[in-house]
Formats: sequence, C-alpha cells, structure tokens
Amino acid sequence: MSARAPLPRWVDIALLPVLNVVLAFLIGGLIVLAVGQNPLQAVGVMVYGAFGYGTGVGYTLYYTTDFIFAGLAVSLAYHAGMFNIGGEGQAYLGGLGVILIALALNGLHWTVMFPLMIVFGALFGAFWAFIPGYLQAKRGSHIVITTILFNFIATSVMSYIITRILKPEGVNSDESAPIEAISRIPRLGEFFSFFGRSPANLSILVAIVALVFCYWLIWHSKFGYAMRALGHNPVAARYAGISGTRMIIITMAICGALAGMVAVNNVGGVQGRLILNFVNGAGFVGIAVAFMGRGHPIGVALSALLFGALYQGGQELAFSMPGITKEMIVTIQAMVILFTGAMGDMLRIPLMRLFDRRATAGTP
Amino acid sequence: MQYYTDLILILDSTVRLAVPLLLACLAGLYSERAGIVDIGLEGKLLGSAFGAATVAAVTGSAWLGLLAGIGVALCFSAVHGLASINLKGNQTISGVALNFLAAGLTTFLGQAWFQRGGMTPQLGNDQRFTPITLPFANELADVPIIGGLYSELISGHNILTYFAFIAVPLTAFVLFSTRFGLRLRAVGENPKALDTAGMSVTRLRYQALIITAILVGIGGTYLSVAQSSGFNNNMSAGRGYIALAALIFAKWRPWPALLVCLLFGFLDALQFRLQGIDFPVIGQVPVQAIQVLPYLLTIILLAGFIGRAVAPKAAGIPYTKER
Amino acid sequence: MASTTSSQRLETAAAQAPAIELRGINKHFGAVHANKDIDLVVKRGTVHGIVGENGAGKSTLMSILYGFYSADSGEILVDGQRHDITDSRHALALGIGMVHQHFMLVENFSVLENVVLGAEDSPLLGKTLSKAREQMKALARDYGLEVNPDALIEDLSVGQQQRVEILKALYRGAEILILDEPTGVLTPAEADHLFRILKTLRDEGKTIILITHKLREIMAITDEVSVMRQGAMVATMTTSETSPAELAEAMVGRRVLLQVEKGSAKPAEVRLEVKNLVVADDFGIPRVKSVSFSVRAGEIVGIAGVSGNGQSELLEAITGMRNIREGAIFLNGKPLALTGDDAAADARAAGIAHVPEDRHRMGLVTGFQEWENAILGYQDKYGSGPALDIGGAKAAAREHIGKFDIRPPDTELKTANFSGGNQQKIVLAREMERDPDVLVIGQPTRGVDIGAIEFIHNEIIRMRDAGKAVLLVSVELDEVRSLSDRIIVMFDGHIVGEADPATADEGELGLLMAGVTHDGKAATVGTTPDVKTVTERRLMEMNPQQISDKDAEP
Repeated sequence: MSARAPLPRWVDIALLPVLNVVLAFLIGGLIVLAVGQNPLQAVGVMVYGAFGYGTGVGYTLYYTTDFIFAGLAVSLAYHAGMFNIGGEGQAYLGGLGVILIALALNGLHWTVMFPLMIVFGALFGAFWAFIPGYLQAKRGSHIVITTILFNFIATSVMSYIITRILKPEGVNSDESAPIEAISRIPRLGEFFSFFGRSPANLSILVAIVALVFCYWLIWHSKFGYAMRALGHNPVAARYAGISGTRMIIITMAICGALAGMVAVNNVGGVQGRLILNFVNGAGFVGIAVAFMGRGHPIGVALSALLFGALYQGGQELAFSMPGITKEMIVTIQAMVILFTGAMGDMLRIPLMRLFDRRATAGTP
Repeated sequence: MQYYTDLILILDSTVRLAVPLLLACLAGLYSERAGIVDIGLEGKLLGSAFGAATVAAVTGSAWLGLLAGIGVALCFSAVHGLASINLKGNQTISGVALNFLAAGLTTFLGQAWFQRGGMTPQLGNDQRFTPITLPFANELADVPIIGGLYSELISGHNILTYFAFIAVPLTAFVLFSTRFGLRLRAVGENPKALDTAGMSVTRLRYQALIITAILVGIGGTYLSVAQSSGFNNNMSAGRGYIALAALIFAKWRPWPALLVCLLFGFLDALQFRLQGIDFPVIGQVPVQAIQVLPYLLTIILLAGFIGRAVAPKAAGIPYTKER
Repeated sequence: MASTTSSQRLETAAAQAPAIELRGINKHFGAVHANKDIDLVVKRGTVHGIVGENGAGKSTLMSILYGFYSADSGEILVDGQRHDITDSRHALALGIGMVHQHFMLVENFSVLENVVLGAEDSPLLGKTLSKAREQMKALARDYGLEVNPDALIEDLSVGQQQRVEILKALYRGAEILILDEPTGVLTPAEADHLFRILKTLRDEGKTIILITHKLREIMAITDEVSVMRQGAMVATMTTSETSPAELAEAMVGRRVLLQVEKGSAKPAEVRLEVKNLVVADDFGIPRVKSVSFSVRAGEIVGIAGVSGNGQSELLEAITGMRNIREGAIFLNGKPLALTGDDAAADARAAGIAHVPEDRHRMGLVTGFQEWENAILGYQDKYGSGPALDIGGAKAAAREHIGKFDIRPPDTELKTANFSGGNQQKIVLAREMERDPDVLVIGQPTRGVDIGAIEFIHNEIIRMRDAGKAVLLVSVELDEVRSLSDRIIVMFDGHIVGEADPATADEGELGLLMAGVTHDGKAATVGTTPDVKTVTERRLMEMNPQQISDKDAEP
C-alpha cells in the first residue's frame, strides 16, 4: 500500500478534535495534580458551579453568549483564510457604539433600544475590523499584526474616551453614565426566576440568531461559498471570478460586527454602562472557541458553552478551592488552541497508522 | 539647569524602559530572521519573568533566577519549535497559544505556590540584579553636564541592562560577520538554497529559537528580578507585542532595533513625565495619545506609507522538501 | 576556440575512467515510474547532453545524481568509484555541482555571500569572503564568469544570476557540472554567452552535463548526447554523428497515433481572435510575444510546444487570469476588456469556458465537496438572491457525474479524495456543460489514466461538433495531433509554425517545438512538399556553430 488512505470522515470530524481537547484537559489535570490539588474534585466543583443551580447556569449562559460572538468573529475570518486576533478591540469599539446610541436616546423602551444597540455595536465593531481588512486587501499589511496593533490602539483610544469624555462629573470609577433601567436589555431572570440575579440576558437570543446566520452564511450563501473558496485556494477563487480584495474587506467587517455584539451583551445588558476594559479577554477566548469548534457554528456553540462553563466554574473554584485560581482556565484555553490549532495534526499520523493497520488486517 | 536634569532623568528612565523591549526585539530578530514568526514573545517574556522571580525568591540567587528565566523561555521555544518546525503547524496560532499559556500558568502557579494573588514574594536587594556604580561615577557627579550624564545615565544600571546594550553590536556582528549569521539569514529568506547546499534547515531554525529563548529569557528576568523586585500578574503588559512592532519598524536590523526600542522607551517615559503638565495652546497631552504612538507608527509603516517593511521572505512558512 | 577537435577529446576521455557512470537506476514517485533502469556513462572532459520531452525523467535522474532524491535501486560511480550519494553535501564533496532550473539563490544577499553560503571555511566571514573574492576574480579570468561580487542578486539579470550559480558550484570545487534547462530563462545573447563559458570550462577539463529539450543547443555544444523518453534511456550518440532529425525521432518516438474517431471539421465563423498579444509572467518577463491567431466555431485549434514557451500565459490571458500587456482579444468580433479583479468572471460571462492546465492550483478547490467544485465559477447562477441553491447545484453535480461517469458518484465526497482522472472530469463536465462559445483547454489529460483519456478526447470532439470553438494546449504532441483540426506551434513566445495534423510529420513538428527554425516567420510544415524539402535540406546542412550564431541575432 503506497499511498496512505485518508482517515474515515467521522475520525476527521469528530474523533480527532475530541482527542485533541481531551489531551488539553489531561495536561491541565496533570498541572493541577502537580500543585498538589485534586483535579477530579476541581471538576466536580466546576460542574456544580456552572450547571448546579439557576444563577450558576445564568452566569454560564452569560459567558457563553460572549464567547459565541467572539468565536464566530474568529471563525468567519478563518474560513476566508485570515486569522483575526482583533476580536478584543472590535468588541471594545462596539461598546462605544452601544453606549453612544443608548445615552443619546436614554429612556427609550428597551424593545426599541435593543435593535438600535445591535446596529450601532455592529457598525462600530465592523469599522474597527474594516481598517485592518482594508490594509490587508489593498496595502498588503499582514492582518495578524494589524489586528493585534488595533487591539492596543483600541485600548488607548477607548481609555481616553471613557476617562476624558464619557465619565460624568463626580464619579470615581472609570465608566460612562448609566443607561436607564427601562432602556437596558432585560435579564433572563426577569422572565424566568430560575436564573435568579444572574447576568444572562436576551442577548443570548442574538447569539443564537448569529449562530444560525453564520451557519447559513458559511454553508448556504453565495458569499460563504466565495469566502471558503478564497480561504482554501486563492488562485482557484480568482479563477472562479471571486474578488479577493472585496471578500477580505467585507468578511473582516462582518467579523467586527459579530465581535461588536459582545458589547451589546455587556454594555447594553449586564453592566448598563461602558466600563473601562469591559471586554476582559472575551475576544481572545474566541480564538480557542473557534479552533476547538473547527469554525463550524455548531462546534462554536458547543465550545462556547464549554468555555462558558469553565469560566463560571472557575469563579466558583476560587471560592471552594483556594489553591486553584480561575487562571487555570486560561491555561486550558491555551492548551486547546495549541492542540486543536497549531498542533492539530500531531495525532493524525498515529491515527492514520492505526487505521491503516486495521484496514490491512481486514483485507489480508 | 532644571531642564537638563529633567532631560537626564527622562533619558535614564528611557533606558530602563527600553531594555526589556530591546531584549525581546533582538530575540524576535533571531527567530524571524530564521523564518519563524514569533508572536509568542509576550508569553516568553511573561513566563521567564515568573520563572526568574520564583527561583530567585526560593534560592535567594538572582543568577539562578536568570537561569530559570532562560529555562522557561527555552521550554516555550521547544513547544513552538515542535509545532512550527516539526509538525509544520501554524506559527501564529502556536505563538498565540503560548501567550495564553504564560498568562494562565504564571498566575495559577504563583497562587498555588505562594498564595499572594499570583505575585511572587518580594525580593530583597541581594536577590536582585542591582544597579552597578561605574568607576568615578560618584566623584564625577558634580561636574557640570558630563557629570550628570555619566553618573545618572551611563552609570547606575544593572548588569542585564549593560548586557542588553552589548547584545546589539554582538547581534550585528553575529548576523553579518559570521558563518552562522549568514546561514541564519539565508534560512529565513530561501531555505531551499540551504537545503540544496546540504545544510539542515531544521537544525538552523532550532538554533535560532534557542538564541531567541536566551535573549527573551534575560528580558523576562530583567522585568521581575532587576526592574522590580518580584513578579506581578501580567507584568509583561504587552511589551512582547511592542517588541514585535519595533522589530518590524527596525526592518529586522539590530542597530535600528536599538533606536526604535529607545524611541518607544522614550515615549513610555514621556507619558509619565507629561502627566498633569499644561502646555501652552494644546493644554494637557493625554497619556493615551503617547501610548498609542508606537502602534500607530507601525501601522503606517506596514501600510507602506513610510518606506516598506519587507519581512524575511520565508517567515511563517514551514519548510517542506518538495518532491 | 577549442584547441582539440571533438573526436580527439572523446578518444582521450575514453582512456580514463568515466566521470560519471550510472547503472540500473530506478525511481518511483507513487505510481509514476520516473526512471526506468537507467544506464549512463559520461566521459571526463566532455559536454554530455541529455534530451527528452517534459516529464521524460531527466531532472529526476540528475536530482538522484546530486543527492536530492535517493534512487530506489541502482549504482552511481564517480571516477570509477561506487558511491551512495545520500545528500547534496555528499555530491558536492565528490565534486558534483548543480545549476538548478530555478536558481537556489538568496535574493537579498550579495553575489559573494551566495557563493560562499554553505561552503564557508571558518566561523568568521571576513577571511572566507576575502578569499572567495580572490577566487572569484580567478574564475572570472579563467572562464569569463564576470559578475560584480558585491551586487545584490535581486539587481542582477537572469543570465548573471545563472553565472552566480555556476560560480557557486566551481567555488565548491565542482569537477562535474550539471545544468538543468539552463537556457529556459535566458535571452539568445545570454544563452550564447553561457555556451562560450561552458566550452571554456570543458576545455579546462571540467565535465558538463547539459539537460535540455532544445535540440539546437545539443547540436551547438555537446560532444555526446543521451536521449530519454518516458523515464527510459533510449539512446546515447556522438553528437557529430547524429542529426537533429534523428534526435527528434528518438525523443518523440515512433508512437502509434492515438486513434480518435472524428469526422472532418466544419469551421464556421470566427469566434475567438487574438491580435498581437503580448503577455508577461509573474516576474514581468514577456512570455507571449506578439501572437495572433483565430479559432472558428466548429474547429479545434491545438497549440503544440514544449511547456514554458508561452502557452500557459497565453491561455491565462485569454481567460482573464493574467493581464495582457499589448494587443487585443476579440470574442465574436467584439473586443474583450479583461482587467482587474473580475476579469475571470468577465471572460466566463462573455462565453469563454476554461479548463486550466493545473487543476489543483487553479481549477479545483480540493478541500471542497464534489458538488461545490461542480459549480466553481458559476456559483452566482445558482439561486437568485444571496442564497446558494444547493439543491440545484447538487442536481447539476449529479448530472455531471452521470454524463461524465465520475467515480465514485458521491456529490458530497471531498474532491481531494477523487483520483486525478475523475478530478479532471469534474472540471471538464463543469466547463463543457455550460454551453460556452469558446472552450479553452489546457493539458486535458495530464495525470489522467488511460481509460479516461479516450473519454475526455471524445467529449472534446463532441464540443467541436456542437459548433464550439475549441482552443487546446497540450505538451503531449500525440494528443494535439489526434484532436486538432489545425496545429499552431509555439516556441519562445512566438508562433513558429502552423500545420495540418493529417499530413504533418511528427519529427518535423518535434523540430519546430525544439526551436529549429531561425526566421521569426511562421513556417508551414508538412503541408507543401516544397517547404518540406527546404526544411530537410536546411537540417542536413546545419552546422552547430552556425545555428547558435544565427540565433544570437534578435
């Protein structure tokens, strides 16, 4: 047998990614073990913290909402052959859009305000992704570097705007004026007491719509077809009459708009104001979510839920097991990116050998 | 005279702030010149700062701390090399993963080991790299002009600072005047040229990653064991990324790297200095305006509006011997 | 120039052990048997030519000799000693140097740096460089290899870059120099200069192996010549005792013409017309140099030529994949403006279907499912709004699968998992089923198994009979001959001849493809007996020196 047969489809789509994630968690467990803590106990605490009671579930869903948006913002770009590390900054800028419209029309009923906040969050986020997209398409500046730089620029710009312009007189903390209660996106707890006072809010519906929209966009639209063709093979895309320049710019703008939705969840919902550094790494979690979910909306939803549970469970962990901090989650996040992203093929060769042997054994 | 003293003080802090940038930038220079993109500089800087502070605190020796700092960076480089050289994976993703790994592990291990919210124990002066007073610094301090310059700006830094500045001509020499440097530059431009001449691309790239680790390890150690006395959460604070920007700005050359790092360090020093000072006409200069300058300048450069930054041609591309 | 005659040289050489001897070399790449039982003897102090068509296995053989690949079986003897050449470093140590077709130079390095790279004799460069500088001066003096040692490679002309490659090999003490298609990238004047250098090198005792597909070069410079065909070594001859006609025949072989059932063409109105087209490659070097021709409805026009003579660029220009520099393209009498991002889409919309030469690079997205590739380029036709009509696309894919017998008949299988022949059928089905006015096909059967070839050929004929204008490019002369109604031969960016496939002689076509005409005008071969005899006479009288002199004139 000279040429190696490709892996069976289910191995490629399901087994390999699951094994990579399991590997990430195993190493995480070993690290926990290494500092003298019981990883199984930690898992128990986290599972209870994330799913064991209503408020916990609410928190898990709140994190999940953020991570879905951030994960989609990375996934979409990845389908078009780009690595968008700028979700963090795009979400931050989205916050500016949300707060500007909310404060301008403060007091309006949330049913009117909610769509407006979505539009403005999307526009501002899209703008912040459009520039790197434009620079990549027209000037050849590498998107990885420019999106990283744009995260930093967003930090400085937003910090100036929040502390110097939006911060009201007589307020000590670095934040904008609050959005009136009637204009804020209602918490799920207002409809279902199960969720208690948890921050989960109606933005999760937007996240679900975004998932469905992205699924449609990637797999069922002409745009998605063009995007994937470009990501797989730019020469073939040009052959198919697809304009790389246009696709890069538009795709990046959509990614930014998705990242901007993180701001709707936080600024328009949970916090009801624009707080300094409110994104708090959610944009970066999106990278792990996207790789783990292999860029597929269903995968993104599942891995966002996993990371949502990890983040909420991690908070809980800090109370019950002082020896473990929630930063363990960041470590696992790193391992997930490493094994599913950079070393995704590490297990492929052993698996191929395994399946090869099975195939040869079957046909002597 | 007051202005002169102020200037000397600003320049002095410029030097202090530029050192970790410079070390990380030179580290990145070796790896990118060899064709390996290293977004993970930030993580290596952070990881080695933690490793150095921990070992210095436990053993009481700054030098052992330095070794540990380099050791951590070497481990990170090994993972990066495995992913990007052997497994031919995506170098950017690997670097991003390492940055998160450092951010997560340092805080987690710090809390688990020392229970100080992720910080390492405060280091005493004998556990740190402390300022070295150069000969006659005190004697010359009162001599006008030169005295201040010598005793404040040139004297009174720790050994890692002097090393960082020596590393610049050293790097220039290695890169442009040695056989190793020639091959290093070649492997980042056209690895096939080396392969057809019978040299191992893999070995050269690993060698580059080792040097990268040593330099960035010293940079991390500087942060926690020289500049401060112990490790703080996320104490690299994006310096790894600024170093990358500086590297691009310097067009992957050692002497310009020095200038750019000093410039970025100067901007950093300036923002502390300018806080709360009213200027005629413009009023107060917002801190953020200065913070943002290095990034903006790099973007403008990348967009090709001021000159052109051309990366080593093979950077980011795994080498596969084609059929 | 040469102090000894060719036959004297061969006599002296025969007395010593041969510089290179290959015995029974075999090399497989997957299913392809690239080298079959190759025996070769290269005598010391001679220029030994190796000719053959593209894909005959010349470069593979030389890469084995240079240690870049290892042979599956066989022996290599250098100076009569057996060696297992494991890597390039080993080959270099044995005094074997290679000048690759695509230069292995670091572009932003100086000439000097490139020359010493990998052959530095101390850890510090200073001494090495000054020594190399001296040695380069000596080499320049001895062999006419003049290059400014401090110039950057990227600032040098292609000819000068090649000189650097030769210098590299000589600096490493090469006694045996392999040159792989060295003139492919050179202007005639540069090629002449190269030949003068090679002659000097030979007269100084070096052994030179020249891989080429240009018979003119073989006649001009070699002492002996070996002919390869389809992976096998078919003949080794003394150059002075052979003729281009004999070589061309050995190269192409007396193959049985593939029989394709086809009626006579009924050419109607002109569909595609190309006027004075000039097209440059990615490096800005003109590859198509003022080409004009037309294709009528209901005829197949085949472009024959050794690859790299401008056919690829011509195809890409007509289909909107490459900007044209000068000239114009007309479709049904109307000029086509093909520029910018949407040029390929515009060409397609105008009615030009394109089966690209390289399906993996251009014609397919191998990561896509089969049905997705079945609509590549026509994706906007499926569904009216922004949504993609997947049902419609899959129906089309199923139709293609049925009509073209694509196997396995699975529209959702990843395209990379189809065999080469079936992948090609996916492309062909897609392009043929659109009812285009003009069908442009590059290498229709490259990497396709025998069974599929006949099918593909019949489909192409069917398109012609349906009144389409078909433009066909193939490096397989057989294929061009059996399919075309008219043959255009391209060489060095020019159309050097036009022939009627029914009467044209394969050997003469081979000669045309190898550039054995020296007037820029299109010569009609094989159609009138007069011209034929003229050509033949010219061949017989041909003196190598004369050819290269004439070619030097632009």
